[in-house]
Amino acid sequence: MRRVYLDNNATTPVAPEVLQAMLPYFAQEYGNASSIHGFGQKCRAAVEQARDQVAELLGARASEIIFTSGGTESNNHAIFGVVNAAKAARKHIVTTTVEHSAVLNPCEELARRGVEVTYVSTSREGRVNPEAIAQAIRPETVLISVMMANNEIGTLQPVEAIAAIAAEKGIAFHVDAVQAAGKIPIDVKKIGAPLVSISGHKLYAPKGVGALYVREGTQLDALLFGGRHGRDGRPGTENVPGIVGLGKAAEIARRSLAEEAPRIAALRDRFERGVLAGVPLVRINGCCAPRAPNTSNMIFPHVEAEALVIALDLQGIACSAGAACSSGAVEPSHVLTAIGLGRADARASVRFSLGRFTTGEEIDYALDVIPRAVQRLRGLSPTWREAVVA
Amino acid sequence: MCAATNSADIAANTPADRTARGVLTAVAMSGGVDSSTVAAMLHQRGETVVGLTMQLWDQRRLPGLRPTGAPRQRCCSIDDAHDARRVAQHLGIPHYVVNYEERFEEKVVKPFVASYLAGETPVPCALCNNYVKFDPLLTTARQIGAERLATGHYARIARNPETGRMMLLRAADETKDQSYFLFGLTQEQMARTIFPLGELGKQRVRELAREAALPVAEKPDSQEICFVSAGHYVQFIESYLTERGESAPDDAGEVVTTSGEVIGHHQGLHRFTVGQRKGLGFAAGRPMYVVALEPATKRVIVGADGDLRRATCDVRDVNWVSIAEPAQPMRAAVKVRHRHEPAAATIEALASGGARVRFDEPQRAVTPGQAAVFYDGDIVLGGGTII
Repeated sequence: MRRVYLDNNATTPVAPEVLQAMLPYFAQEYGNASSIHGFGQKCRAAVEQARDQVAELLGARASEIIFTSGGTESNNHAIFGVVNAAKAARKHIVTTTVEHSAVLNPCEELARRGVEVTYVSTSREGRVNPEAIAQAIRPETVLISVMMANNEIGTLQPVEAIAAIAAEKGIAFHVDAVQAAGKIPIDVKKIGAPLVSISGHKLYAPKGVGALYVREGTQLDALLFGGRHGRDGRPGTENVPGIVGLGKAAEIARRSLAEEAPRIAALRDRFERGVLAGVPLVRINGCCAPRAPNTSNMIFPHVEAEALVIALDLQGIACSAGAACSSGAVEPSHVLTAIGLGRADARASVRFSLGRFTTGEEIDYALDVIPRAVQRLRGLSPTWREAVVA
Repeated sequence: MCAATNSADIAANTPADRTARGVLTAVAMSGGVDSSTVAAMLHQRGETVVGLTMQLWDQRRLPGLRPTGAPRQRCCSIDDAHDARRVAQHLGIPHYVVNYEERFEEKVVKPFVASYLAGETPVPCALCNNYVKFDPLLTTARQIGAERLATGHYARIARNPETGRMMLLRAADETKDQSYFLFGLTQEQMARTIFPLGELGKQRVRELAREAALPVAEKPDSQEICFVSAGHYVQFIESYLTERGESAPDDAGEVVTTSGEVIGHHQGLHRFTVGQRKGLGFAAGRPMYVVALEPATKRVIVGADGDLRRATCDVRDVNWVSIAEPAQPMRAAVKVRHRHEPAAATIEALASGGARVRFDEPQRAVTPGQAAVFYDGDIVLGGGTII
């Protein structure tokens, strides 16, 4: 059976060049990057080269890059690190209702510890108004955290305008750029944010590695405590192959972005036009806002998204709906309800996310399969029958 | 009356079996040995199979209820979903977990709680079969291209060659028979459902599981209601109401004998079941049983063993599963709970959609909320909820 992977926002394959770069660091150059001997020195050099590569992708200095275990740790480090470092008795965080759980759940945990949190709502496109962020700021606000690109609908946030507001008020600003890295240019200086998270596996590097940009001079407490490995203060023996992979992936992303982003955007747009033409009543979530070029989140009214995802998987097409929980079942998406979708529309929404390895032929296959699958599902949907009669 | 049916007829008269090859079959996989064996059997026969596991209840809810000590095997835990996935991987078949938590809460958990609060003793497994397994799950199966659903139930489905109707029959292994929980099936559901274990005994199923080297071949059977562990239903009801911000049930009242004598007070009607002897909270000179629960007066009525016997009972929401609604009273064997030796009775359909059951011999502990299921030999005629 043909397999077409349209779930690149969940994870991406490791790029062949990335895998090649990593391979020597498993069984040949297996040293501990903190060791004094030659084995260690080789690995230290590889880690520091990767740091340069990641810094270059973000327009940062190498000394401002902390390697982490992934996007979740990067976000936790930024949020807990800033809040714990703040000395005030009362503390307040401003974030949005459409953030990833790796931002929302740290905020909720801090709320349980007495920190106040304001969740700013977005437009129906999922875009937050910088003015609304400004209005949510209080004298005790210590952190603003807003994502760069939404993982479910792809909407881009006006992070530069928010960074300007944060800078003016002297408040730390964290940008979760996990879904932006490799898809759109990220220049931390241009954005003006002191904290930016990225994740390896959304960028054709492996799972289990990520990075946090911390602008020099930012007050940030440690998240983890252990051996003083590395110069960035994040303890634990460095994941050398993973870090090397992230470095290589960052280098490729920086080189190929200018070409890749328009190519993927064109494929995505063709995909959307094809679905709109082939399936009645489809609507696109976030269609009118600036969007990540690879993401398409569509409402298929009178279709259970969960069933559509399964039906498509049985025909080799991988896409997603809602948030996966640990059993593999689908839970309703908080993002879709946050942008004002009703329950029925949220349950009928499916995300397709393209990637570097998506081909035009794969899009043709998807456009051949999807309309028929939707038709079958609707044929068995009681609400569709009512809608057709009415 | 329906013709007697043997296993040869069953195989020959189920259209689903005739068209098995080339047709996608969805298997409802709980992660237990029975449904895993069903998946293995169909797969080994060369059928195209997809496994579906229902996520029904979040075990993280009501954390105070989590059983302490050894982990229990319960059909809606995440571990069980993982077991189902391991079996599917072992067989090399696609497998999906589908989320029916909302529907399960609406159609099973809430009625379960409401039933206890109304002084009844519900049968949640029958509700789950009627409103979750054979309704949305079958719909999902069809939506993804599977025209029939296989489950690990011990029961049989056959087509009556004379009337053309689908019939529900008891399992060949009477000790495992689950037809009592399946009386709500519709003709269309039965036409799209197969019970591959219906002809097999439990021992044989274990053997098949071992022969297929299933990772769950030695997993213990699950016995209890999947979302409540045995003996914890009172705490479940109270925790559930608290979680929903509703006050604890205000149903404490008097304990009264059948002759009207008040002999004590009880902590809540929902804590009692008809036929219950232990835990009445008082000592009597002779064995005393709960013989009735009266929601209107909040009274628990207690009496001697003889007071538990009823010669008739009325049943609501009857589904005539294998036959058309009978115009005349008819003879049947009636089960009033899962582990009840069917009792000879005359049943009569009522205009209300219910039925009246007149037992030849009065039956013990006929309990409101439980199902009364009518049999003719192996054939399930129908059933409903005891009022």
